[in-house]
Amino acid sequence: MTDIATRRSASRDSASWFLASARERLAGLLDPGSFTEVLPPSDRVQSPHLALFDLPAAFDDGMIIGRGRLDGREVLVAAQEGQFMGGTFAEVSGAKLVGLLRAARDRADLPVLLLLDSGGVRLQEANAGELAVAEVMRAIAEARSAGVAVVALVGGRSGAFGGAGLTAATCSRIAISEQGRLGVTGPEVIETNQGVEEFDSKDKALVWSVTGGRTRRLIGGADTYAQDTMAGFRDAALFLLERVPAFDLRTLQAEQERLASRQSRLGGCSSATEMWTILGIADPEAVRDMDDEAFIALAAKVKGLDHDGR
Amino acid sequence: MVIIKLQYAPGRPAEGHARSAIVGVVASGNLEVLLERTLPETECSVEIATPVHGYDEVWQAVVADFVERASPGGLRISINDGGARPDTVALRLMQGVRMMEGAQ
Repeated sequence: MTDIATRRSASRDSASWFLASARERLAGLLDPGSFTEVLPPSDRVQSPHLALFDLPAAFDDGMIIGRGRLDGREVLVAAQEGQFMGGTFAEVSGAKLVGLLRAARDRADLPVLLLLDSGGVRLQEANAGELAVAEVMRAIAEARSAGVAVVALVGGRSGAFGGAGLTAATCSRIAISEQGRLGVTGPEVIETNQGVEEFDSKDKALVWSVTGGRTRRLIGGADTYAQDTMAGFRDAALFLLERVPAFDLRTLQAEQERLASRQSRLGGCSSATEMWTILGIADPEAVRDMDDEAFIALAAKVKGLDHDGR
Repeated sequence: MVIIKLQYAPGRPAEGHARSAIVGVVASGNLEVLLERTLPETECSVEIATPVHGYDEVWQAVVADFVERASPGGLRISINDGGARPDTVALRLMQGVRMMEGAQ
């Protein structure tokens, strides 16, 4: 019996975060049976707008919020379902996340994990979605002000773009996997607006070299690199919860200095490999193809990745 | 949006004691199935919301086959469809009753 239980939990731990649904990620991340959902699917709090467009709604509007335990520690969590409407911020999904963050601010005793997987604002509910992103960012700032750690976990199929990119950047700390992508304007949007010569969104190597997890980690846009597994993100979340900066003037000044220094060092580069060369990486072409362990070892040697800003 | 409401009188109650379960996601070619143990044991209702028009008879056939096989007495089943194929629908329904076999 023990052997079977161990094997089951090993396969759960090694399941891909990238391929999992939001509910599977919560099940894999949190202690078994510890998750209590707020506004579960049976409450049917779903988008009132999508039917106007003859589009199907989801019972949870693609946003799952609640409370659970991470390695025995109580946490509040929100997970976006990137497969439903691109994990978008909309009236209901946004309000659920804002509510969770405000509860975190008011309680001020539980950290928050945001399992982001989103292309940004839902275009069918754009005004509500934009407002939701603004409210989310304010709620994160207020929660951090109250001493709450808000940690973003980025490794889903939709990445974290638009409002989700802004949300991640507002968090106390960010973990990302190789498959994770982080940015504001997504590849397809750049191509649509500026042309395929400017950015070819079908060129996956280009997309990942600009927005992908390894680049983000190497230029300080993410604070730790997670393996693309349930255990990988669990370890990353636990690691970051121990390393949360205070939300004060010093942290913001450190962040300003970090970004200014990055701009002056790397602002003139036209590719990821150029940046990696300046960062002192001997064989920048190899970064893309090395395995996770080699990459973690490499990142550990690059100076200036860990900082007091955010 | 097409709303299809189906009613059945299965021979046996659904197994297990789970109060509710959800499987699948609303994505292209996929669907979500919400199961709730809220009806009398001799009843089963299935409500489908789908953006795809003209497949009412296919839904009826797939769901009737499922009810015959699984006998989901007592379950209120609600579906948000993203244009799933009949085999995917059948698979999700069976996954759903399997999850309801759990304890809570």
